[in-house]
Amino acid sequence: MYVAVKGGERAIANAHAWLAEERRGDTDIAELSVGQIREQLSLAVNRVMAEGSLYDPDLAALAIKQSRGDLIEAIFLIRAYRTTLPRFGASEPIDTADMTCDRRISATFKDVPGGQVLGPTFDYTHRLLDFKLAADGEVGEAPTRAPSPDPVPHVTGFLNREGLIEEAPRDDTPPPDLTREPLELPADRALRLQALTRSDEGFTLGMAYSTQRGYARNHAFVGELRIGAVAVEMEIPELGFAIEIGEITVTECETVNQFKGSKTEPPQFTRGYGLVFGQTERKAISMALVDRALRWEELGEDDVGAPAQDAEFVLYHGDNIQATGFLEHIKLPHYVDFQSELELVRKLRREAGVADVAEAAE
Amino acid sequence: MDVSVTERKDWMGLMARAVEGRVAALLSKAGLAVERRFLRAPEIGSVMVRGRAGGTGAAFNLGEMTVTRCTIKLDCGTVGHGHVQGRRKPDAEAAALVDALMQTDRAEAVSAAVLEPLRSEEAARRAARASKSAATKVDFFTMVRGED
Repeated sequence: MYVAVKGGERAIANAHAWLAEERRGDTDIAELSVGQIREQLSLAVNRVMAEGSLYDPDLAALAIKQSRGDLIEAIFLIRAYRTTLPRFGASEPIDTADMTCDRRISATFKDVPGGQVLGPTFDYTHRLLDFKLAADGEVGEAPTRAPSPDPVPHVTGFLNREGLIEEAPRDDTPPPDLTREPLELPADRALRLQALTRSDEGFTLGMAYSTQRGYARNHAFVGELRIGAVAVEMEIPELGFAIEIGEITVTECETVNQFKGSKTEPPQFTRGYGLVFGQTERKAISMALVDRALRWEELGEDDVGAPAQDAEFVLYHGDNIQATGFLEHIKLPHYVDFQSELELVRKLRREAGVADVAEAAE
Repeated sequence: MDVSVTERKDWMGLMARAVEGRVAALLSKAGLAVERRFLRAPEIGSVMVRGRAGGTGAAFNLGEMTVTRCTIKLDCGTVGHGHVQGRRKPDAEAAALVDALMQTDRAEAVSAAVLEPLRSEEAARRAARASKSAATKVDFFTMVRGED
């Protein structure tokens, strides 16, 4: 029987008050400031900016504090805030060749012009817990060296000169925007890249890993990985010219993939591309591998039925806010829906001649 | 006063990239009180940042960034526009004011008080990162091969 229910306001208010108290934790321990989170948990901040799809380190740090470090909850907060902002326009595409690189490595060419620059990396650490960090936070100054004035060109440019790699010719078609129009299939590469750059890191990593293990294997090498600052330029209508409106840190990964040629394309190296806000290299490499796997159709490859080749599967399940919204809603009250399910099961059991437990007991 | 587009782009970019609070602080320290009114009060919004597939190819939407903009008009009729990264209304207002003043005969004073400090701060910030980055550059040495 349907019974309308109302109530729970006091319980909800009290639950939220307790949440605030639990968020703060033991008050004998100093409270975290937003600045501390921004500076000392910067890779979490970067992930929230990338998947929240809004570059603003202070807001991302605030969201992490508010969400008690639940990064998907923090991303949710950022996505919700983003929708309240008026949009001034779109930038000119950023010029990653002009990046001021903190880090730049190539796994394919040892002697790249500009050199192999490690930057502040976890690579080659021994992954041993550092108990000094638990004691005091003192760190020495990092060593310095006179920077070289040489340019740091894109690695794929060298292969391009020999014609050994597919080109990426400039195309200024206004790209589709999934924050304005629902994501529909077939999705062109621009739309796929937008979806991938904001998709969940864990999901994207799993998809990328599946291609390495053999599900649509595409033999990826990291042709280049670079992390650094790029200027963002936008045309200002009142001015009639473009100005720089800021500078953002991004991670870019270009994979070079073995390719034997297909019905439509000659044997050459093909490319996968990853570009993500912040220092987010696991995500950028994953994005490049998944981008490459999703390009099977335009490269004339066979659909081997691998999950990473399935644009619908990848693009419709990678967004952690969509996913968690649908997943978590099932824990909210469904009393009415369940009541009708209960009635149905009782009716079916009666029809099947199964005696009710209650009746049998009588 | 004739101002080239290149010059104007240069100072607008410098102020857009500055550390939070610096544009407003330097301008207020300079004590350049002027009568002005808002054509557009400081406003926080977003800009969709674009990238290119493969770094050089088709444009795609990467994600948004926060931007604050402001437009002011001086009593003499000169209009100034400010666009700064992030959510910082005082800086956007100061940037608009500097942009306007840089088009007047007070340009030299404003440049010395606001733009030059911003320029040297930015240069120092960049040099510090670049020199740390350079220290992590790998010097390879080739092991002697057995057959040679």
